[in-house]
Amino acid sequence: MDAFTSHTGVAVPLKRSAVDTDQIIPAVYLKRVTKTGFDDALFANWRQDPAFVLNQPAYAGASILVAGPDFGTGSSREHAVWALRDYGFSVVLSPKFADIFRGNAGKQGLVTGVVGEPEIERIWAALEADPGVEMTVDLVSRSARVGEFETAFEIDDYTRWRLLEGLDDIGLTLRNEDKIAQFEARREAWRPRTLPVP
Amino acid sequence: MSTSIPDRPRTLAEKVWDDHLVVKGEDGEPDLLYIDLHLVHEVTSPQAFDGLRAEGRPVRRLDLTIATEDHNTPTLDIDKPIADLTSRTQIETLRRNAAEFGVRLHSLGDKDQGIVHVVGPQLGLTMPGITVVCGDSHTSTHGAFGAMAFGIGTSEVEHVLATQTLPLKPFKTMAITVEGELKPGVSAKDIVLAIIAKIGANGGQGYVLEFRGSAIRALSMEGRMTICNMSIEAGARAGMVAPDETTFAYVKGRPHAPTGQDWEDAVAYWRTLPSDEGAVYDAEVFLDANELEPFVTWGTNPGQGVSLSGVVPDPASFDDPNERAAAERALEYMDLAAGTPLKDVAVDAVFMGSCTNSRIEDLRQFASIIQGRTKAEGVRVMVVPGSARVRLEAEAEGLDKIITEFGAEWRFAGCSMCLGMNPDQLAPGERCASTSNRNFEGRQGKGGRTHLVSPLVAASTAVLGRLASPSDLPALSHEPTKAEVR
Ligand code: SF4
Repeated sequence: MDAFTSHTGVAVPLKRSAVDTDQIIPAVYLKRVTKTGFDDALFANWRQDPAFVLNQPAYAGASILVAGPDFGTGSSREHAVWALRDYGFSVVLSPKFADIFRGNAGKQGLVTGVVGEPEIERIWAALEADPGVEMTVDLVSRSARVGEFETAFEIDDYTRWRLLEGLDDIGLTLRNEDKIAQFEARREAWRPRTLPVP
Repeated sequence: MSTSIPDRPRTLAEKVWDDHLVVKGEDGEPDLLYIDLHLVHEVTSPQAFDGLRAEGRPVRRLDLTIATEDHNTPTLDIDKPIADLTSRTQIETLRRNAAEFGVRLHSLGDKDQGIVHVVGPQLGLTMPGITVVCGDSHTSTHGAFGAMAFGIGTSEVEHVLATQTLPLKPFKTMAITVEGELKPGVSAKDIVLAIIAKIGANGGQGYVLEFRGSAIRALSMEGRMTICNMSIEAGARAGMVAPDETTFAYVKGRPHAPTGQDWEDAVAYWRTLPSDEGAVYDAEVFLDANELEPFVTWGTNPGQGVSLSGVVPDPASFDDPNERAAAERALEYMDLAAGTPLKDVAVDAVFMGSCTNSRIEDLRQFASIIQGRTKAEGVRVMVVPGSARVRLEAEAEGLDKIITEFGAEWRFAGCSMCLGMNPDQLAPGERCASTSNRNFEGRQGKGGRTHLVSPLVAASTAVLGRLASPSDLPALSHEPTKAEVR
């Protein structure tokens, strides 16, 4: 996973609330068995509408998504994060994220910044006034800027540190291998086992 | 087991958490939690096995891991090759990965194949006081046993396969107390739909919900599973019910249930799990079971629900601008006008199945209503058991005959029309009364419209062709005897 410090790119206003993961990536695309190649699946149903914001040429190559509250609710599918990443998004800003989505995002190097609702409205207005304008999201100072407007965003310290360092989860856990083995040694006999098959 | 049990009253969730701490996180770092049971299916596992392979890592505990095929499996002609290429690829990939890594797998055609959340409990693998994870948000189902059970993403699946642990931050706790007695025709599904409508589709965010109170205690394990299953639809990480005699009786004697001294030890421990007197929750909610009526959703998230005797709400009646906009959009998608009585809404299809309501008791409830009646003309009714074992059990009781005589389709086990990854889908514009758990746009097929309901309401709707509860049905000239239903 690459380390993330600051990112500048085209930002898209997605003026909808409660964008669920079925909309981010419809279930039919979950059949793939690879971790990449999901860019065409992102918002697949909405993208059939020529008026949908991502279909507007001004936002080509966008890498920052600015959405309404409750982004990423619904199914736990991590494909939602892969699709956003594959399409080219590095950052999603929203007044509120669903927990599972946010957890998944942090692990895939997708920054999810929580910005207040009035500030999101300000950003939307700035993006719509100048479609295709670039935004800068800085993880070190936890701030997002478009034109003259700058606002702080929230992201928890631990996820931020991981993103800044580009750290892989499993390697981090396996530093505690001895503690895991000790725990296993004292687990009770009644706990379930799937093997052998009775 | 934990060496540092805090000296204060604790909730059920805190107890299970404390007893699985491998490392207590310091300075805002997450805790490292041990996972007792890892359920695997074909949709969220391929990339996880891919990751293990890339790093040359084995599965740490094959004896705590089990896989089944459910999301993509056809429910007809299961002996023929799967026609859809991508569905077939996912299933074949799981088979290859299971063989390569040594994971126990129940494939299509096997008697233990079925929806992952039906398979765990029926094998006796799901039990009180354990941690259960699966790459599927409805893992919350297993919390009905007093387990800490939650859905995880694919990279967490890889993490658990490699380490049998997960780094996690403690969840907040919410007590949802449901007191009283349900009226006839009202069931667990109505309780949970009413809870979600009350606290909102995101009202449980960040919480583990603990369902308690006399109405919950009176429920069967199937009913408790229905409620915990849908905790995630309130945005919660997990739902739990404290274990009691009903729980022990359900687990006892199942293939993987503890036996002998292990059983005695287990039950002794399980009895210590219910929340202590004076334990503090971060939030509390109350619901009166006496007042509950059959519930139905009118919109495109599970929080958009009302009593079946009510009307489609007017978006203008919502104070919150986001809720109002969501309601407007939902009514447009659902093609419903504000003020329409729900009981006037005609359906094209009825889906009886999914991990919410596809266990034997659910099928019995459905059958008890349709027996001796005929299906409404033009309505397609599909009944999909949750697992191959449930199917066999239902057939042994003769439920399949009641279902086919009624004019409904009796299918093989799987997720089916709950999410339409297999050929079981709604056509654009079709309206369905469904016992599943999600009414999102396009969930049951592109352009399909979903009304979430209980098995009793699904059955009554199948009879009348419009949303209905058992009390709306004309009396039968001949009431079926209990023996006939069973
Ligand atoms: S039945 Fe539906 S909700 Fe349950 S696991 Fe399958 S797809 Fe998910």
